Amino acid sequence: MMSVLPVLLWSDALLFLLLAGVLALLWGARRQDWLRTPWRLVWRTPVGRGSALVLAAFLLVGLLDSLHYRERLPDLPGQAPQYSGEVLSALDWLTTPLRLNQEKTYSAPLATHLYAKESMKHTDGREVRDFPPLKHPGSHLLGTDKVGQDVLYLSLKAIRTGLLIGTLTTLIALPFALGLGLAAGYFGGWVDDVIQYLYTTLNAIPGVLLIAAAVLVVQVQIEAHAEAFDTAAARADVRLLALCAIMGLTGWTGLARLLRGEALKLRELEFVQAAHAFGVRHAQILTRHLLPNVMHLILISVVIDFSGLVLAEAVLSYVGVGVDPATNSFGNMINGARLELAREPVVWWQLAAAFSFMFVLVLAANLFADAVRKALDPKSEKPI
Amino acid sequence: MLNYLLRRLLYALPILLGVNLITFALFFMVNTPDDMARIHLGVKRVTPEAIERWKHEHGYDKPLFLNPEAVGTARFTDTLFVEKSLKLFAFDFGAADDGRDIAREITTRMGPSLAIALPTFFVGLLCYVSFALLLALFRGTALDTGGVILCVALMSISGLFYVIGGQYLMGKLWHWFPISGWQGGLESWKFLAMPVLVSLVAGVGDSTRFYRALFLEEMGRDYVRTARAKGISEVRVLFRHVLGNALIPILTGAVVVIPRLFLGSLIIESFFGIPGLGSYTIDAIQAQDFAVVRSMVFLGSLLYLVGLVLTDLSYTLADPRVRLE
Repeated sequence: MMSVLPVLLWSDALLFLLLAGVLALLWGARRQDWLRTPWRLVWRTPVGRGSALVLAAFLLVGLLDSLHYRERLPDLPGQAPQYSGEVLSALDWLTTPLRLNQEKTYSAPLATHLYAKESMKHTDGREVRDFPPLKHPGSHLLGTDKVGQDVLYLSLKAIRTGLLIGTLTTLIALPFALGLGLAAGYFGGWVDDVIQYLYTTLNAIPGVLLIAAAVLVVQVQIEAHAEAFDTAAARADVRLLALCAIMGLTGWTGLARLLRGEALKLRELEFVQAAHAFGVRHAQILTRHLLPNVMHLILISVVIDFSGLVLAEAVLSYVGVGVDPATNSFGNMINGARLELAREPVVWWQLAAAFSFMFVLVLAANLFADAVRKALDPKSEKPI
Repeated sequence: MLNYLLRRLLYALPILLGVNLITFALFFMVNTPDDMARIHLGVKRVTPEAIERWKHEHGYDKPLFLNPEAVGTARFTDTLFVEKSLKLFAFDFGAADDGRDIAREITTRMGPSLAIALPTFFVGLLCYVSFALLLALFRGTALDTGGVILCVALMSISGLFYVIGGQYLMGKLWHWFPISGWQGGLESWKFLAMPVLVSLVAGVGDSTRFYRALFLEEMGRDYVRTARAKGISEVRVLFRHVLGNALIPILTGAVVVIPRLFLGSLIIESFFGIPGLGSYTIDAIQAQDFAVVRSMVFLGSLLYLVGLVLTDLSYTLADPRVRLE
């Protein structure tokens, strides 16, 4: 293999940090029976296990797609080594044939000929108008897109974007929801008033408009500081992170409200009152006594939010305030192909691929969320 | 009652002020009017004079909060914050970047938006609650299980799929309705039917499941057991007791969005070419017309606060124990 320059994008770093954090938590919880039991319950149901495995497969693709590098260009005599401006990932390397087998334009799944007719020279010299044969006939399982890229490859590349939006957004929203929600319920008084004012104000603004407003601003700022990014990938990455940050900063209100209500109830209970009487500090009561008692709510809302965020990405991309147009994402795939249904014959495969991949990911996430809720929530649906 | 309404009104003011401060900070402090001028002039024609001219034409050549050159109260009023942000409170939305009056656009575009949003909302509420009641009545049976599985599958499909798929099937393949467009008067139903149908189908999974969970929670309570013990039929228990008691959580989720129906739906209106406020907003976002975006944010927030008051009022109708003091 030729020598490469590893590239660590900001989103890669955050994703691996998040993974390390989750693994550390699991390692810590491994010996605690009361923490392990609910997860074993999730794993024991066929739905829980199946959805967890599907999610794990998506996660693997996303993680492989987060190991980035730049290829070394052929050395020029007397010059320092140069690296390609194109940022690739381990997934790109594994799917090299898919990535490089480009066609001229659309071709249907497993087709041998191009979608559009072209003028060609016949063997006997006549001009004929026919469907030209593909360079790589029968190799495109899901067809090719407008510029001839393999749709299966594009769909695999879109997974990382969906996962990042689903996880990093929650990661950013969580500290706000937790800190402000618990503080509002526990301290009451003016703290509660201020925090309630804050989230009512944020809630009042229509969600899409607030995100749109913030994304428009970020877009202008990125354009104004174009020289700060050495590759197009780094630029698109900052836009993706900004989108996660914006959705996180505007999306903490729901969970905060839930946690506030819960903290209001908990602070009146005997064990919290007893801790007070013993002179335990507020910070310790919050972390030692309240936090463990709302942990199930947090976990449930994290898994429930994930599927909503993956779906939201597609809508935001349609509105024009989603990820960078150059980023591979389900939203951009749909956006690029939605007008092609008007063609004759219909170009359906790109839309079908994007929607099916998204459906499988979101369905798995929804089923997993259900399994988690049933295992963790003492009040969840019981047979009556 | 009057006292309560007055207090809510006073409470709404600081929230609207906060909303305005947020949008003002985003559009005038993080992004300066110079940035805005640069976007609209395009990269090639950017000269300092051109920027100044654009800012002057659109009224952006003023200081943010304090005007040291003016005298008297004009020191505070002849500023961007008052001109562009506080004037929204008087419904003075100003002009869009193309020079058209925003308030006029809003009043003419409200009709088509409501024509789609109102039937969608009310028919949807009726259908979803009925489906949920049906599932709750047959809870534990194959019908319920199948219904829940269908709901989860439906809510896992992207909303864009319903729109694109519905438009393709009903518009292009079956020729039931025109693919997109708008016409006033009696003929308008042709253009309304498809967006309303698509929105109804798109919402069915999520809402039915939500309402079903609500009903099942109510059905576990003691008063339901008592009612059954008295020998009341299951259907009557469901409609009389469970539905009545589940009204409060239903109203909590539903009433607050009613005023916002004015604003229409961004996706539906832009896909089906409805000249409503939703497509107006999406066009403004894509053209980076910040004046329109700011107006819509203000209007949306105001309508949300109206929705909160309406929710409280609806509680008094649904539950005689609730009094607004």
